[in-house]
Amino acid sequence: MSTHLHNPPLLTVRDLCVEFATRKGPVTAVRSVNLQVAKGETLGIVGESGSGKSVTSYAVMRILDRAGRIVSGGIEFGGMQLHDAPEDMMSDLRGREISMIFQNPRAALNPIRTVGKQIEDVLIRHAQATHEQAKAKAIEALERVRIRDAARRYHAYPFELSGGMCQRVVIAIALACKPQLLIADEPTTGLDVTTQKAVMELVRELTRSEGMSTLLITHDLGLAGEYCDRIIVMEKGEVVEQQDTAKLFTAPAHPYTRRLIRSTPHAAATIRDLMPDDQRLPLPPTMIVSDEPLLEVKNLVKQFDAPGGVLQRIRNRGKKEAGYRAVDNVSFSIARGESVGLVGESGCGKSTTSAMVMRLLDATAGSIRFKGQELTAVTAAAFARSPQRRELQMVFQDPHESLNPRATAAQSIADPLLRLEGMTNNAEIRARVEALATQVGLQHELLDRLPHQLSGGQKARVGIARAISTKPELLILDEPTAALDVSVQAVVLNLLADLKAEFGMSYLFVSHDLEVVRLLCDRVIVMRAGSIVESGPTAQVLSAPQAEYTRELLSAIPRPAHLPAHGAPVTEAVRA
Amino acid sequence: MGQLAIIFARVLQAIPTLIGIIIVTFLLTRALPGDPAAYFAGAAATPESIAEIRANLGLDQPLPVQFLKYVQDLGTGNLGQSVSTGQPVATELLRRLPASLELTLTALLLSVAVAIPLGVLAAVRQDTWIDQLCRFVVTAGVSLPTFFTGLLLVYVFYFLLGVAPAPLGRLDLMHIAPPQITGFLVFDSLIAREWGTAWSAAKQLLLPSITLALFTLAPIARMTRASMLQALSSEYLRTARAAGLSRGRVLMVYAFRNALLPVVTTLGMVFSFTLGANVLVEKVFAWPGIGSFAIEALVVSDYAAVQGFVLSMAVLFVVLNLFIDTLYTLIDPRVQVDG
Repeated sequence: MSTHLHNPPLLTVRDLCVEFATRKGPVTAVRSVNLQVAKGETLGIVGESGSGKSVTSYAVMRILDRAGRIVSGGIEFGGMQLHDAPEDMMSDLRGREISMIFQNPRAALNPIRTVGKQIEDVLIRHAQATHEQAKAKAIEALERVRIRDAARRYHAYPFELSGGMCQRVVIAIALACKPQLLIADEPTTGLDVTTQKAVMELVRELTRSEGMSTLLITHDLGLAGEYCDRIIVMEKGEVVEQQDTAKLFTAPAHPYTRRLIRSTPHAAATIRDLMPDDQRLPLPPTMIVSDEPLLEVKNLVKQFDAPGGVLQRIRNRGKKEAGYRAVDNVSFSIARGESVGLVGESGCGKSTTSAMVMRLLDATAGSIRFKGQELTAVTAAAFARSPQRRELQMVFQDPHESLNPRATAAQSIADPLLRLEGMTNNAEIRARVEALATQVGLQHELLDRLPHQLSGGQKARVGIARAISTKPELLILDEPTAALDVSVQAVVLNLLADLKAEFGMSYLFVSHDLEVVRLLCDRVIVMRAGSIVESGPTAQVLSAPQAEYTRELLSAIPRPAHLPAHGAPVTEAVRA
Repeated sequence: MGQLAIIFARVLQAIPTLIGIIIVTFLLTRALPGDPAAYFAGAAATPESIAEIRANLGLDQPLPVQFLKYVQDLGTGNLGQSVSTGQPVATELLRRLPASLELTLTALLLSVAVAIPLGVLAAVRQDTWIDQLCRFVVTAGVSLPTFFTGLLLVYVFYFLLGVAPAPLGRLDLMHIAPPQITGFLVFDSLIAREWGTAWSAAKQLLLPSITLALFTLAPIARMTRASMLQALSSEYLRTARAAGLSRGRVLMVYAFRNALLPVVTTLGMVFSFTLGANVLVEKVFAWPGIGSFAIEALVVSDYAAVQGFVLSMAVLFVVLNLFIDTLYTLIDPRVQVDG
């Protein structure tokens, strides 16, 4: 990768300031941002939520919401001034000279228009095709983004396609007119790693072959490191650092950049490496008390009925493949004090498995033994009243969605105490809640706030405090950090490691992120299409994977060559 | 699943609903206070004459027997005899239903023609004068009762300005109703090439349908504005804008078509409630519709007439829902999967 700074810049942003009108008055989202994108260059903008990275790109496209406004600064693109260009000129440029692809590809497509027609719309708008040729050209565009059977997919609606496929369609729309600049706003967030790799390689290949410039906006430093020539780091609406990719990773100048690199799990050898130097505690001891299994899952099966009404069922009668087997003959065990990672891509059955262990779903067949007792004997509906309910607790994926919006943090944490422990004395409950808050590092004055008044990390702490309030022996963590910024993720992962050591809990850690699993788990189970592909000690599975699928997953993780290694053998091996 | 299969399934689903409605209307009319036999016997009736009328009406039989008889009659298309008018209920309904339908459909057409553009404009130009106008019209539409707007319109356009005809039914006295084909007087007279009659019928129709339109405008405009605003802030709209599509195309093809889905649902609901609830308008304009017929029947415990009314409304409602569902499968491809 070479830099292209000697070329005349295609895009120049000078002292850009963007304000949003809110009820409390104007809020500055982007503050004097300067950047340049050279012809053929890929520039990454990296930052955590609220850093203004997306707003910057929307300002370049001039598609800010009604509330947003460019206050000052200049945007120059190919010799044209965009910051005050009239709307009809912008609308001619958009899609033809500058295109954009978005996060959440399925929502980014018109749900009631066939994907072929949506591509045609752009082609016809920018006079790249007449009405007669439009269909052929749209199919061509679909073929270019490697959609198989493009002529048939032309008639598909977005809901009939997978997330990765939808993102290809969005890319096809963006590249249909061969623009000079492609802005990719978190293009792979929410996609599986293997899909992410396919999408990113496709973008790279297509933009390179056409000599396009790319502006990649992402929260994932690893992704930016792998695909960008230069990286800009933004924090709170300002650019804090701007460097060639190699230099940014080897010699980061700004403390925020250093913190960001540090928090990225790729480079860390242990979970403590994620934290800033001054906040690093010694590693908690491994806690496997004995080989005696706490949880034993044998031949677990979950079969979902075929969707559809009476008519469909009558039609399917007698057919073997009625319904869908989400989990197929899965067996594993978790020892006391052990932490087991359950990884796989979306739809592999990992969440269904955890929901059955948690007794939120009834298993179709198989046994779940917890401390020697059969859990499947009690139905999922009745399990809430079982004495074992308090020994199994769960931390959910989205810390915001999983808290009652009308309950304060204290009420949420106290909920299991009231329902499962039958505590009634208010003073006692408050004392317990405060003790729990201290354990998860939540300031006591935050306890009386409602979820919307808390940050993502604080909400995650409330969710964890609620889960450990009944002193469970097994904690199921369903992607607990997937919705968090990396620096917050680092803190939450360390908290989880400390709590496990303190209480001797066992974890079943469900995740799609192998790097996080590597840091937190003793053992790992890899699932695909409802079955276990591979399992074993984390170091072994991730450094010397036996199954082809595990190798595929590992190689799909974006891995910038410049990330400094922390010298741990596991990390080195995983890289190889 | 093909679209025909979906529609067929919907028709099947309507059958239990209809059976339920037949049972419930039968029981409810029987539970009404007042004795129809006593009412029709008059003030000077003796207990014997009341008993005789009751036996004539079949009301002396136990309820299950009455019900069986009712169902049997239904099977042959006989809705019974209206005691108050002396006519078969089916004939009465067939005569009056088209009048109500003509009024309601015209009103709905008018209100859609105004409300949808108004709602769209209000959403596109949010917080401008047109949005305020939309808000004003919506508030006025729901808060002014139909009998008031009806009387006001009659006062201004008939009494003061003299441009509207007298509010006395579907046709003025100078014209003779054309042979019934659709039951809609304007259409029927056009078919019969009686232009004068058609013009007269249209004039008679105008004021009552405007009255009703003002009332139905509100929910449609509100829903259009809200769903349009939602579509305008959606991610696919951002994609369309980022692709440089023209403003017209973004608004019409991307935003409006998506915004139309909830509006269609609202239309179905508005249609069904206006059909039953336009009694007041019918009263003000002496419109011989189904609403006023039902009220009169209800007051005198005219069982057959009330049952016939409720049943025909229920059938109409089912047909309407079927129509809306079909429309939905045509405009929203996702329905096929969910359905």
